[in-house]
Amino acid sequence: MRFSRRSFVSGTAASAALVILPIPVAALDLSDDVAVHIDDILDGRDPREGGIELDAPAVAENGAQVPLTIRVDSPMSEDDHVTAIHIIATANPAPGIGSFHLTPHLTRAEVFTRIRLAEEQEYLVIAELSDGSVLQAAARTAVTQGGCVT
Amino acid sequence: MSTMSTPRIRLPGSASEGEEIEIRTLLTHPMITGVSSDDPRDMLTRFEARMNGETVFAYDFENGSAANPTFTFFIRAAAPGEFTFTWTHEDGQSVSAEESVSIS
Repeated sequence: MRFSRRSFVSGTAASAALVILPIPVAALDLSDDVAVHIDDILDGRDPREGGIELDAPAVAENGAQVPLTIRVDSPMSEDDHVTAIHIIATANPAPGIGSFHLTPHLTRAEVFTRIRLAEEQEYLVIAELSDGSVLQAAARTAVTQGGCVT
Repeated sequence: MSTMSTPRIRLPGSASEGEEIEIRTLLTHPMITGVSSDDPRDMLTRFEARMNGETVFAYDFENGSAANPTFTFFIRAAAPGEFTFTWTHEDGQSVSAEESVSIS
């Protein structure tokens, strides 16, 4: 049986609708510059794994525009809310993707944006909470056409 | 920097006090990092959403942020419902959009 490129691409697009499974951050092999970038965010704090749901394609056709929804389990109350969410690439020319700043005026700790992935890779999300604790999660997205990080 | 285009904002025209509203924003911008091309760097540095004068949501752009940055977030609507959205370029210039949500 032969597959044309077109049928392969449409097939991968259909499978891309799935929520990707989280990867333990401890399982990642991080380069020095990524590790330094993460350490700067953590500032000595010890992150807990989980509490973060990442919704992104398992396969992105265009690495320059990868949709990413981040949901952190938080009541977003004055006393208990997410204050920041950082996104970090592990195989881009630079690790920083961006940082959200949240307030209790938000009804939920759910944000959507689009990110650049130069190639297939894992990316990390670190959430800072108002009580000073930190959560982390990672996911992997394959890229059909690399996001030219112009 | 490239000329900043007009932002596109989607939010409801009216809401009850305390009701959750979804806000979507889009600004057309190339977000050129200058890393892998000869083009000079042309990057936004920050997006801020303010409700009634107070910053309620913000984002710091880094190289991995996509061109034509878009955000979706959810706000607890509060009177008088005056919103300002501002994108600031690394060179200090900025573009803003103002929107009103009628709060009942």
